[in-house]
Amino acid sequence: MPTTLRRTPLHERHVAAGARMAPFAGWEMPLQYEGVLGEHMAVRETCGIFDVSHMGQIETGGEQALALLQRLLSNDVAAIDFSLGTGGAIGTGGAQYSVLCREDGGLLDDLFSYRIDGERYLTVTNAANHARDLEWFEAHAQDFSAVTLTDRIADYAMLAVQGPLARSIVQAVSDAPLPARMSASRRRLAGAEALVCGTGYTGEEGVELLCDPADAPALWDELLRRGATPAGLVARDTLRMEACFHLYGNDLSTERGPIEAGLGWCCKEQTGFIGAEAVRAVREAGAAERFVAFALEDRGIARPGNRIAGGGEVTSGTLSPSLGIGIGLAYVPAGSARPGSRLEIDVRGKMRRAVVREKPLYERSSAGG
Amino acid sequence: MADASYPSELLYHPEHDWARVEGEEATLGITWYAQEQLGEVVFFEPPAPGTSVSKDAPYAEVESVKAVSDVIAPLSGEIVAVNEALADDPSAINEDPYGEGWLVRVRLSDPSERDALMDAASYSSSVGG
Repeated sequence: MPTTLRRTPLHERHVAAGARMAPFAGWEMPLQYEGVLGEHMAVRETCGIFDVSHMGQIETGGEQALALLQRLLSNDVAAIDFSLGTGGAIGTGGAQYSVLCREDGGLLDDLFSYRIDGERYLTVTNAANHARDLEWFEAHAQDFSAVTLTDRIADYAMLAVQGPLARSIVQAVSDAPLPARMSASRRRLAGAEALVCGTGYTGEEGVELLCDPADAPALWDELLRRGATPAGLVARDTLRMEACFHLYGNDLSTERGPIEAGLGWCCKEQTGFIGAEAVRAVREAGAAERFVAFALEDRGIARPGNRIAGGGEVTSGTLSPSLGIGIGLAYVPAGSARPGSRLEIDVRGKMRRAVVREKPLYERSSAGG
Repeated sequence: MADASYPSELLYHPEHDWARVEGEEATLGITWYAQEQLGEVVFFEPPAPGTSVSKDAPYAEVESVKAVSDVIAPLSGEIVAVNEALADDPSAINEDPYGEGWLVRVRLSDPSERDALMDAASYSSSVGG
């Protein structure tokens, strides 16, 4: 355990804005600024900006970069394309979500990988898992002679700009059109070099920006000046729960595999990734439990660790700022996993009624009317 | 409310609860410091009238999107009224913690317990105010 918390390059900005700071995975991070509900709705209605510089990056390069990543990551890494820019323009690479499994299928992390050049990939890790992921990458890289692994966590600040206005706000400071959803490319943003990624964790349009830590404060200031609202980790959590994105440590752990977690779609067993045989066995036999989204029908807020009558447990829960009701994510017996299934959740001694809902619980198209 | 406030007519419990004692009864709530620490309260389920509360023991919960906090009784007694309006909209706990944000009213079983509570000056200094 680190004895002192790490600080992001935006620490002074957060303190000056009156953010409530708290330890998170060894980092001192902003939980909230003015208020969670306003930050959440800013992302849903206009644009929010998150400092996620605590997230880690591992760069994999060399002739066998693809071969190593295909062994480590559950998805088909060969499907991530990279197109050279025409006439000397900067190239654009694909983005891909995957999980990192142990041999037994237990989940070590969930990750986005970006192809940043023909033979270079950048994989973004969860802060709490970064050191373990890096060790895992390095241990398996021993089998590949033509691979270079680089820990890039100290080289990048990371900003997530999310919301219906996010792309236009970032576009206004960019030297070229932004890369499309699920792709990544280098741009100059307000004069600073950045990797612009068409990804996010909120269920809204937006981008994630990786830049030199020294450039982050000026870029942050410029995006705020253009209308982005600073949002903290609590709003990030409520947004991702509405969008039904997993949070490692809550919804994902070494105790469960990707099929149970509803992540079979990003597992391509034919690539022979570590854990593929275990994943295939569960996929063929059927998982005993399933990861579902639920909404409470009674008042109240279910929380992680709450037990479900008949088996299962809540792994994420909050009051949905967008919907105004208690929502959450849970593992339930496969027989109770169908949307519409009734659940009874033990919320600190009170049984609360809930119903399994289709994922996501909130999506932009449902916001109209 | 934006700025710290600890009215002098109230008594305070170290777990960040206040009591407004009026004869044999008292109105209870959470302090400005408590609501500030919790952040926006999004859920409060009032306990049932008739329930007994014991000094220093939890009698209800207040919840933000992120966390649940126990509410500790500063005095013992029986609940005679609850602030039902908070069930639909608990935001008064943040906006007016000593007024519209009151939680319950109790008939005191041992009014002498009030002697163990802090006055506003002591409480305010205990929370760095």
